[in-house]
Amino acid sequence: MGRRFRRTAANALFVGACFIATALALTALGLIMYSLLRQGLGGLDLNIFTKSTPAPGSEGGLSNAIMGSLMMCAAAMVIAVVVGLLAGTYLAEYGGDSAYGHLIRFLNDVLLAAPSILVGLFIYEIMVRPLHGFSGWAGAAALALLAAPVVTRTTEDILRLQPKELREAGMGLGSPRWITIRKIIWRGAGGGLLTGALLGFARISGETAPLLFTALNNQFFSLDMSQPIASLPAVIFQYALSAYDDWRRLAWAGALLIALAVLAANIIGRVIAARGSHRQ
Amino acid sequence: MTKQSRGAAFDPIFRYACVSAATLLLAALTGVVASLLIGGWPAFAKFGIGFFFDTTWNPVTEVYGAAGPIAGTLITSALALALALPIAAGVAIFLVEFCPGMLARPIAIAVELLAGIPSIVYGMWGLFVLAPWFAEHVQIPMLYVIPPGSIWETIFNGVPNGANIFTASLILAIMILPYMAAVFRELFLTVPPQVRESAYGIGCTPLEVVGSVTIPYVRSGAVGVIMLGLGRALGETMAVTFIIGNAHGLPTSLFDSGSTLASTIANEFTEATGEMHTAALTALGLVLFIITFTVLAIARLLLARARKY
Amino acid sequence: MTLPDIASPEALQAQADAFITEPPPETVKLRTRALSFFYGKNQTIFDLDVAIPRNSVTALIGPSGCGKSTLLRTFNRMYDLHPGQKATGEILLDGKNILAEKDIAGLRSKVGMVFQKPTPFPMSIYENVAFGVRLYHAKSRAEMDQVVETALRRAALWDEVKDKLQTSGLGLSGGQQQRLCVARGIAVEPEVLLLDEPASALDPISTAKLEETISELKRDFTIVIVTHNMGQAARISDNTGFMYLGRLIEFCPTSEMFLKPRAKRTQDYISGRFG
Repeated sequence: MGRRFRRTAANALFVGACFIATALALTALGLIMYSLLRQGLGGLDLNIFTKSTPAPGSEGGLSNAIMGSLMMCAAAMVIAVVVGLLAGTYLAEYGGDSAYGHLIRFLNDVLLAAPSILVGLFIYEIMVRPLHGFSGWAGAAALALLAAPVVTRTTEDILRLQPKELREAGMGLGSPRWITIRKIIWRGAGGGLLTGALLGFARISGETAPLLFTALNNQFFSLDMSQPIASLPAVIFQYALSAYDDWRRLAWAGALLIALAVLAANIIGRVIAARGSHRQ
Repeated sequence: MTKQSRGAAFDPIFRYACVSAATLLLAALTGVVASLLIGGWPAFAKFGIGFFFDTTWNPVTEVYGAAGPIAGTLITSALALALALPIAAGVAIFLVEFCPGMLARPIAIAVELLAGIPSIVYGMWGLFVLAPWFAEHVQIPMLYVIPPGSIWETIFNGVPNGANIFTASLILAIMILPYMAAVFRELFLTVPPQVRESAYGIGCTPLEVVGSVTIPYVRSGAVGVIMLGLGRALGETMAVTFIIGNAHGLPTSLFDSGSTLASTIANEFTEATGEMHTAALTALGLVLFIITFTVLAIARLLLARARKY
Repeated sequence: MTLPDIASPEALQAQADAFITEPPPETVKLRTRALSFFYGKNQTIFDLDVAIPRNSVTALIGPSGCGKSTLLRTFNRMYDLHPGQKATGEILLDGKNILAEKDIAGLRSKVGMVFQKPTPFPMSIYENVAFGVRLYHAKSRAEMDQVVETALRRAALWDEVKDKLQTSGLGLSGGQQQRLCVARGIAVEPEVLLLDEPASALDPISTAKLEETISELKRDFTIVIVTHNMGQAARISDNTGFMYLGRLIEFCPTSEMFLKPRAKRTQDYISGRFG
């Protein structure tokens, strides 16, 4: 009787603790989302998309930062997808089990987990310093270096899920390996590969640290990637730490925009991945 | 053979492109390490081993020691992990064992989506919401409650503005929480249902199933997950930079302001006053890399071992 | 009931040599000489000699792990894909050793293969069939339409899919997918067609259709089929080889094999004593 009671009581405590942990976690995260929505929605209006970042006290928006972020992310994703797709294909189809393959996989994991600020330092050393200037290209390079490992990893994982019979069937027709990979394996994995790219995009779209000393920032609207260029995260960083209320409001609105973009990328990626797995 | 497949000649070129892309990743990482080594070298050369132990960080006199940021990094990460670990494990166990089916999926998806929210959002929340609240409702009341001269005063001493080691750790904990909960959940789901069900079948309570079956089953994997969470906390820049107070030197109490390796770099790099300042900041980067690399290597080792069983 | 004794390798070999009826030399399309196969250090086929006659169906039967699928996969060097696997000896296709062949893609265009599980490519039905043809020939749209139609007709699939050629091959039923794979295989006009338990994942009706297709195809192709299904071997094949522990135990016209098997082990296997 006593033993049974002890077991039941201990279990009840345990279940209660797990429940409280979940409630705590959801509350904390809920509070953050609430602040973000409340403060961000308040600052979100048409000006955000049409006007550049203002001087303190005057009216303005985030158009230069949005454009800068879009351009740098787009350039970064082009590089990251090409490198990641090919490197992931190497790991899944060619040298994945060789010593070199194991080394690359390990290093990719290191890059995946490396603090993003270090990537910024690296690009600073190899691009900003020798070329004597911050630039949008340097920012894009830093972001590409952060997204490429994500794409590489997901590409390898997805390609390894493709049935080996599919490869053999392609080879069985006498198809050269690269055509088998391109036309059959990549095509079969299509949705999953897109998901990898979206996850890579989600990773970099909110990155601030590596942009601080690569793309720097720019008060004005600019499409010139060879010059310093504004980005949402950098503007948020600058404005949030400022003393002006309207700047802080813009920072919240920017943070909401980024969060929405990341959420959208994640959700779309998930939906595509889920649809792909239903079809198989 | 008479039939020659068209395009076969391109086979080696494609393979070469794939190998090159993989090698590019290798080159990038080598580049990161080399640039940190070369860039930070003047600082190591000038300050020697003392760089790691000196608590002075003074751009005016050009004396730099990394002890403050190193301590700040280790303390905030350890605290964040201590706060996040039990809660993340609790969430994961709740989702896997107890949660009513209808709720489990939405909560799990929400947790995973939250894991992807950029850290700057957490940082802003810390700066604008948590710090003022903490100052007003925790720090100031404590000033009245704590008897002067007691040990408590030493522990909780600090400027009551909410920007300190503890709030930074709290933000870090909230930030790594969804990530760790999501990975823990995946890990717990790797336990074969039959094994768990057999335990239930002999009359185990959920606590006993989790304690004697689930956790032993995933033990090394779980440590790997913890290390990955720790790695995230160590390298996190923005969430911390907003709220840690950015003071150099060793923090003396839980509510003292401080700095981390990453926050110091983020704050000072573009405004570095001279070659030695830049070198010292880059050297901090190298220290940060070594710490995160070590943690990651241990995590990989443990996760690899977990997969073997 | 008696379990098969594990005979010594020499005894197995001696036994094997006694029960093999060679087809007339002029009819032989594919022949192995002292073929051995290794998975790393593990040998799974031992000095095997077999002769496959042209324009006929040859069935390979035997218990799981006897090496019949492995043997099939040496005929088009499919094992090349997997590091650590190697074959020694000779495999002669029209007298030419394919183990020494450099142009593997060319070889595989002559020796096509259909797998156990249907493997439609992730593209339309039309593209599935056209895929292999495009690898070798640049054809006009009209020519390609003709090739695709012919291949689908020969695989007895045309009537079922002619109205939905542009839909995904993944949307077909299992049996249709498998016949699509046959169509894809024969569209490149191979000389030999290898079938690796092609019906094992199919229901009886689809199996019957596939068997009909196979019997039709032997007029144009040399067909080798690996099967677990004794009835199937009896229905569609002209010759049957029984394999056991990596050796060919008995090889003869199918009717002889199933009516009066000569080897004790063949008898036991066919009558269901083991397998």
